[in-house]
Amino acid sequence: MSMDENNRPLSPHLQIYRWQLHMVMSILHRATGVALGLGTIFLTWWLMALAAGPSAYETFTTVASSMVGQIILFGFSYGLFYHLLNGIRHLYWDAGQGFEPATVRLTGQLIMVISFAATVGTWLAAYYLLGTL
Amino acid sequence: MAMQTKSGQSGAGDATKHWWTLRLTAVALVPLAVWFVASLVALAGADYPTMIAWVSNPFVTVLLLSMLVSLFYHLRLGLQEIVEDYVHARRAKIVLSVALTFGCFLLAMATIAAVLKIAIGS
Repeated sequence: MSMDENNRPLSPHLQIYRWQLHMVMSILHRATGVALGLGTIFLTWWLMALAAGPSAYETFTTVASSMVGQIILFGFSYGLFYHLLNGIRHLYWDAGQGFEPATVRLTGQLIMVISFAATVGTWLAAYYLLGTL
Repeated sequence: MAMQTKSGQSGAGDATKHWWTLRLTAVALVPLAVWFVASLVALAGADYPTMIAWVSNPFVTVLLLSMLVSLFYHLRLGLQEIVEDYVHARRAKIVLSVALTFGCFLLAMATIAAVLKIAIGS
């Protein structure tokens, strides 16, 4: 590879543009994807502990139900809802639909609100069923 | 030095399959993820025997395995896309791609083995 190839001018990158909703959402889609990828390690631990036996499972639940564990799980659940909803929007785009600027803005705003509401609703439901709420 | 393609990426035809499989696994994961989260909420605070009984339910076993296969395949394809977008050095790109493929495969095998062990052993 010649030196010239590395020094070619670049097209304007992130820091050039004003921050906009669809830009934040695009980045967030990948960020939540990577975060959920890391979350699969937690998922693996859960299933392996369950398969290993009661004492291994107790170690898992102690960590998962601790304050730090619950905050991490809350984060994963938000990432899941966001990635899931925005993923549906991506599939809708793949079908060639919903590209009008007003529609893009509306579906984007809806996803920002619903993903957060679904996360909070899920945790309220879980704590309610646990009887701690 | 050996000939290489301009982008250093894999051959023609792979991109379409990659694109399609990422969407296919995404479509599968929509209902499976919703089912999974709803199940976990319903199981909040469940003790060990209840969890084991849940995983060993044949319907749950099948849905869990379907979710795990789709999830780790989807994860590998998604991470691969990020590597291809941001890692331009050919060697680093190959090493990372292989590492994340092995990583996803190992986690997939671990979770599948765990579910099968619970389902068959109880």
